[in-house]
Amino acid sequence: MSEVIKLKKGLNIRLKGNAEKTWMSAPASETYALKPTDFTGLTAKLSIKPGDSIKKGEPVFFDKYTPEVVFTAPVGGEIQSINRGERRKILEIVIRPEGGAGEVEFKKADPLVLSAEEIKEQLLKSGLWPFLKRRPYGIIAKPSEKPRDIFISMFDSSPLAPDYDFILKGQESTFQTGINALSKLTEGKIHLGLDSTTSKVSVKNAETHLFSGPHPAGNVGIQIHHISPVNKGEIVWTINALDVLFIGRLFETGKLDFSKVVAIAGSEVEKPQYIKTFLGASVASLTAGNLKNEKNQRIISGNVLTGKKVSLDNYLGFYDSMISVIPEGDEYEFMGWAALGSGKFSASKTYLSSLFPKKEYELNANMHGGERAFVMSGQYEKFVPMDILPVYLLKAIDVNDIDKMERMGIYEIIEEDFALCEYACTSKIKVQDMVRNGINSMIKELG
Amino acid sequence: MKFIKNIFEKTEPHVQKGAKFHWLHSVHEGFFTLFFVQKTTSKSGAHIHDYIDLKRTMGIVVLALVPTVLFGMYNIGFQHFKAIGELASTGFFAIFFYGLLKVFPVIVVSYVVGLGIEFVFAQIRGHDIQEGFLVSGILIPLVMPIETPLWMIAVATAFAVIIGKEVFGGTGMNIWNPALVARAFLFFAYPAQMSGESVWVSLKDADKVIDGFSGATPMANAAAGNIDFNISDAFFGFIPGSVGETSTLAILIGAVILIITGIASWKIMVSTVAGGVTLGLILNAFAGSTGLSPNVAEYFSMPFWHHLIIGGFAFGAVFMATDPVSGAQTEKGKWIYGFLIGFIAILIRVINPAFPEGMMLAILIMNTFAPLIDHYVVQANIKRRLKRVKVSS
Repeated sequence: MSEVIKLKKGLNIRLKGNAEKTWMSAPASETYALKPTDFTGLTAKLSIKPGDSIKKGEPVFFDKYTPEVVFTAPVGGEIQSINRGERRKILEIVIRPEGGAGEVEFKKADPLVLSAEEIKEQLLKSGLWPFLKRRPYGIIAKPSEKPRDIFISMFDSSPLAPDYDFILKGQESTFQTGINALSKLTEGKIHLGLDSTTSKVSVKNAETHLFSGPHPAGNVGIQIHHISPVNKGEIVWTINALDVLFIGRLFETGKLDFSKVVAIAGSEVEKPQYIKTFLGASVASLTAGNLKNEKNQRIISGNVLTGKKVSLDNYLGFYDSMISVIPEGDEYEFMGWAALGSGKFSASKTYLSSLFPKKEYELNANMHGGERAFVMSGQYEKFVPMDILPVYLLKAIDVNDIDKMERMGIYEIIEEDFALCEYACTSKIKVQDMVRNGINSMIKELG
Repeated sequence: MKFIKNIFEKTEPHVQKGAKFHWLHSVHEGFFTLFFVQKTTSKSGAHIHDYIDLKRTMGIVVLALVPTVLFGMYNIGFQHFKAIGELASTGFFAIFFYGLLKVFPVIVVSYVVGLGIEFVFAQIRGHDIQEGFLVSGILIPLVMPIETPLWMIAVATAFAVIIGKEVFGGTGMNIWNPALVARAFLFFAYPAQMSGESVWVSLKDADKVIDGFSGATPMANAAAGNIDFNISDAFFGFIPGSVGETSTLAILIGAVILIITGIASWKIMVSTVAGGVTLGLILNAFAGSTGLSPNVAEYFSMPFWHHLIIGGFAFGAVFMATDPVSGAQTEKGKWIYGFLIGFIAILIRVINPAFPEGMMLAILIMNTFAPLIDHYVVQANIKRRLKRVKVSS
């Protein structure tokens, strides 16, 4: 084990409703869905049409520009519907599971004896490939590229996040199989970023690094920056630690097993805890009977900083391992800006709440103020534990200066790394949208 | 509450685009958001947002300024009754009330003119009202001599808001601190009314002054080689000067509020003081050298820390230099920026006989150079990143 990398910048937002480490049985989801909108920048081409029956593991759609990247059915059954949004954009492909629909069989083999090409092919065919993302840009990895290294964060530091150690417990050997498979895909190393206070993982074929500090210490982008930063022209891959289990199971059994654990958390949840389900489960099945129903609620697939707003008839996001539920907060507040605020959590020290460093708070989705010009300096820097000047990078993005963006460090960050800036911003600037716009410009200009 | 909300909600349709009173849209929006934090919720990006907003931020700064405002009012009365020899026979509240009546109209003029212009610009641009002027509007009266005519305050405020801020795009875009632009405008446009001995103490309505009275500030005296002020008076603020600048104690209370809440940069405050102290010590060291005129030699030898409690040094360091918009924006840049403000302020004070006070000009100069300082900090960051490539390859 190496030395602990201590990060000082950042913030743990102390929200009410952390998931208790207990399992809850949920009703089986009536339908499952894949959402092409979960994949940034993807143009989806369908391989099926409504009414088709589909086996588990058969392609549902593929990437128009990289057709070998396919997305497969998490369950076997019948394609119930294809829900489209504006300009016929595909939002959801809904599958109704049917017993006896069958499943696609894959090769069962120890990845250590397989070649890189065989592993790649297996991952592509099975639809597990999209779990691999690349930096720069945080988009799905391209099968043609050779990553310098692969990085995996072994903990999630975001508000109310699921405890990876708790979920991974008992699945260590499956995880190891997944790591073994991934280790064949790079000539570099697999780097694991561990939480210095809790993790006791011994994994072979990977190098471990310890991190301490507040969120975003668990963001893989922050960890990459401190382990071995991404420079111009370099590509690294990342994958969520929990998704490594899918890969491990595939090679261990030759079958796809999309079962996963999801944390249901937030102040609007009756009993915040963990739930076993499958990829693409419906939000309704995950939250059934467990929501308080006193005020308007916001249900989020993912965490409160980076997740997507969903409704009960939507589905869990492809990469998400949590559902957060908080009050919507769509109410006027009389002189709210002038209140003493002992109940108002703030990153600033302008409310009395800063005197209670342990208390947990209920936060809603209200903006708490109007959008303003950028005024306060030194604010974003407190939340970005990297040698990057967030304000200057954002200014470069704002004027669409490709050269400047590159020099200020756009290759190293994605939205989640700046999410705390957006949370804390006095001027309510949409930082994450800006970051994605910047990345989109980079992709458009440089490919 | 509900009653007020109803008024705003009922009038809202009438100020929408195309409605009869659309020209009042910004005013409506400005007051509605003042009374009620809106029900707008997050549409994209982060789902939760901090409770802090620009109103809270500016509110904290105004709160931090309250001690200086209150003491400033008292001191105006204090200086007045002292000059006419009636200090002993006048009660505390009478003294304060005299000052209140003198200062309050200045505050009103500053806010009415400044906010009026802000409302117009917000309406033209179709923006929300930005809260920056809440602070500028109180800073302007505090940096003026009490005998400045109200029409001059009005002209200076208009100049500061339009030329100093709106032409650059409004709050957040200005190069110089608006309150100092107002002060500098008057300083150069109406020098006679902004300096000398007769502007610092309110005596217009007095028919007599005591023998030997001088309304000169300790600063002006010091520049003339006549250093005789009482240290405790200077620290607590019982000296002539601009309304808000005299009491170092009141300013320190404000500084504590700003630092605890994290609203203003303590780095800038500390480095400004460090800059002033550094040059003060250097001057002390050279006080004995030959070739200095007696006046200057006297000023050179003034203990370095006296600079911190006379004139506008403390006020500038705490409330003016720390303006996040016109100051340096990088954390490293803030150290350099503050240090140079303190250094230049004392330099102008002591070495340049034309300007008895250097704080205003020092801050304006460094406001101008802040982007340059930031540029070098940013370049250093870029170079570090490029160097990384060479090391790793």
